[in-house]
Amino acid sequence: MICLSAKDNHSLSPISHTQPFIAKITDNPHLPRALRPQYIFLLTVATAIPEGFGLVLVAHESDEGIYPVNTVRISQELRYLKEHDVIKFYPEDGKINVLYRKEANANSFLLTERCNSFCIMCSQPPRDVDDSYLVDDLLATIPLIHPETHEIGFTGGETTLVGDQFIRLIQSAKNHLPRTALHILSNGRNFQHLDLAMKVAKVKHPDLMIGIPLYADYSQLHDFIVQADNAFDETLRGILNLKRCQVKVEIRVVIHQENYQRLPRLAEFIARNLLFVDHVALMGLEIIGFAKSNLNALWIDPYNYRDELKNAVDIMARAGMRVSIYNTPLCVIPESVRNYAAQSISDWKNDYLDECANCSARQQCSGFFSWNLRKPSQYIKAL
Amino acid sequence: MSLLGKKFKGIEAFDQAANRTYQLLPSRFAALDDGRYLLSNEVGEYLVVDRKHLESYVKKQVPHDTDFYYDLKSKHFLFDDDSNVAIDLLALKYRTKAQRIAQFTALHLFVVSLRCDYSCQYCQVSRQTDDKVAFDMSEETADKALDLVFRSPSPAIKIEFQGGEPLLNFNLIQYIVKEARWRNLVHQRDLQFVITSNLSFLSDEVLSFCQEHNIQLSTSLDGPESLHNSNRPRPGKNSYQLTVDGIQKAQNFLGRDKIGALMTTTERSLSQVKAIIDTYLENNLDCIFLRPLSPYGFAIKNQQAQKYDVDRWFEFYKEGLDYILEINRQGHTFVEVYTQLIVNKLLSPFGQGYVDLQSPAGAAISAIVYNYDGDVYASDEARMLAEMGDKKFRLGNVHTESYEDIWLSDVLLDTLESSLSESLPMCSDCGFLPYCGTDPVYHYATQGDVVGNKALSGFCSKNMKIFKYVIRLLESDSDARDILLSWVRS
Repeated sequence: MICLSAKDNHSLSPISHTQPFIAKITDNPHLPRALRPQYIFLLTVATAIPEGFGLVLVAHESDEGIYPVNTVRISQELRYLKEHDVIKFYPEDGKINVLYRKEANANSFLLTERCNSFCIMCSQPPRDVDDSYLVDDLLATIPLIHPETHEIGFTGGETTLVGDQFIRLIQSAKNHLPRTALHILSNGRNFQHLDLAMKVAKVKHPDLMIGIPLYADYSQLHDFIVQADNAFDETLRGILNLKRCQVKVEIRVVIHQENYQRLPRLAEFIARNLLFVDHVALMGLEIIGFAKSNLNALWIDPYNYRDELKNAVDIMARAGMRVSIYNTPLCVIPESVRNYAAQSISDWKNDYLDECANCSARQQCSGFFSWNLRKPSQYIKAL
Repeated sequence: MSLLGKKFKGIEAFDQAANRTYQLLPSRFAALDDGRYLLSNEVGEYLVVDRKHLESYVKKQVPHDTDFYYDLKSKHFLFDDDSNVAIDLLALKYRTKAQRIAQFTALHLFVVSLRCDYSCQYCQVSRQTDDKVAFDMSEETADKALDLVFRSPSPAIKIEFQGGEPLLNFNLIQYIVKEARWRNLVHQRDLQFVITSNLSFLSDEVLSFCQEHNIQLSTSLDGPESLHNSNRPRPGKNSYQLTVDGIQKAQNFLGRDKIGALMTTTERSLSQVKAIIDTYLENNLDCIFLRPLSPYGFAIKNQQAQKYDVDRWFEFYKEGLDYILEINRQGHTFVEVYTQLIVNKLLSPFGQGYVDLQSPAGAAISAIVYNYDGDVYASDEARMLAEMGDKKFRLGNVHTESYEDIWLSDVLLDTLESSLSESLPMCSDCGFLPYCGTDPVYHYATQGDVVGNKALSGFCSKNMKIFKYVIRLLESDSDARDILLSWVRS
């Protein structure tokens, strides 16, 4: 697991910032002086520190004695930071949040913790708080992201709850990162209003996909899983509206005890009613948040739903749909559908078991969420 | 007892259909076999159910919290107060299925010559000896027909050259292909060509031309040499050899996917379906279409069609399909085309382009025929009927009638109006309706009425048998199901 936030950073000189400071890291000591105030200089070996940077991060232990203002020795846990990464520095306590890592396999940005659903397996339990600073931070971060970044993600909470800022963020991503795919998670319910779907479409982002969960093939079960009446209808109308506006949509199905039995029926429902969606992801449970506290109700060993998984993949693939299996180790996926499995887990929370050391398929395997290591399938076996 | 945390409510809290009632969505049913029924909805989703379940569904007595209830709900046979998005989705599915009607006429058949070097007993068109230039289409007629072709709004246009033997008028084929491609520079359609030929005159010149213009070939192969030669007599008694030589030549020259073969079933075919299929395998063909003998043209005159009834043909089809499934089980993919079409109709949300199984009928709005003399017919069968002297389905002539005259003619509109299964007796309440269609020309030819009495209809009887057989295979034989599904894999 990679730590994305650390407090045990120590200032080595006076800090002049009074507000949190979001900036991009560079290791170029020759950066023109005029640019330095908006950059963070990263020092990994003990050499002279150039003047004028907005912040200096010292990532070594030797003591040089003289530091310019705004120099901080960073926590051991953040020593992976590199050029092009973007961080947020809190001057009051020295905390550093890592917002963007160039080398990450995925960079996701939380838009809000608020949500209009309350999913029984939510990995990011909603909190009804004013967290509008998250959008402001992201608007400040997007221009700093390396333009060759393959993909960024917006996540929540329910991303559309940030209102007009939602469109502003998509516009900003398009303006600053025209070659970067944008993947947005939403429960889709707010897209039941066609005008919101149209506003998204009007941005004309060149590579935008909205990932929307559908957990069941009928309303009662879906509404129960997301703990919201009418959510099934609203989500479906949202998907139809987005596709009507030619916005790409991905359907995301988290599989657990409450819905695995009807997974093939759900696949038939999708293939028949939503054949035009752009991707379907069948996803293993991430055991954190509500999924962790409700685990007794939700847990089913992925090995024990392997037949349903295979049927569901076959039904949708046969219909010509693009299907993936996420968050599920290859050894518990039936062999005939293993080629649909993706390495779907973000690198910072991705781990493997000891058993996996001997596995020939490890390089292609999703592995586990770090927090799933305590409750892996009973059938994990090196291939 | 829920294992969920206290903050969460149980599933019953989210069932707004608390009065436990439901409403039926449009659906139909039909007996499948002893005790089982096919239940289909307006857009062709289906369930196979026993009588007890069927009755409880219709009487609105299916209890909630059963898989059957949620199967019915998920496949849009019912809706309850918890959700009404089913109506939106059904509308979308209906539109998807009916989309082809808006696209209109895609297949345009040009009878470029009525002459033929064969003298087949069952020939569906009146044959003419091969020296009568009077039975060739002229360039002037072809030009007029092309005017009509490009009036069609269809984004895909397929021009099929028929006969007689169309290669006897190869010059005109060359003219039409070049002229159509030239015109298409403006029209920008997805333009394709097919030549339906016995391959007797498949010269290198013809092959080069096909290569250059990406033209598909379609031929007739009835089975083993003796059967083929007796079905398709020609001077020299070498029709089989000429055909298989032509198939091989085309496969080598153009690629295997550029040549297909169709078979015609005669009484002599009925006892040798395996040998017929083997002939297709030996000639490296990937599929076969086990066709019934059509009741038109010379076939009906000779009373051939009556010599075996639908039951006998169906035994032939069943034996053939079983053999084909066996071939697939042995690891070789080989497809029976009609079965493939039926499986597609059963499982796909899209309407299928097959002209003979559509409602409204495909006549003129899916396919249209331009005869050598410029007469326009609603279908190939309509032309065959005309060659026998009954011009009931002649829609006009390219030299005297306009596009509007032809496609808005009373003959065509009346025929189409009589071809909506949804409003026809014995069709409107049939569980197989979403997969079936109507064939007004067939029913006119056999019963003298475009609607026809379906109880006496060979068309109805044949298709019902096939639907039931294919559905039983899909539902009861997982091995066969896998094979059938692999045929429709997109």
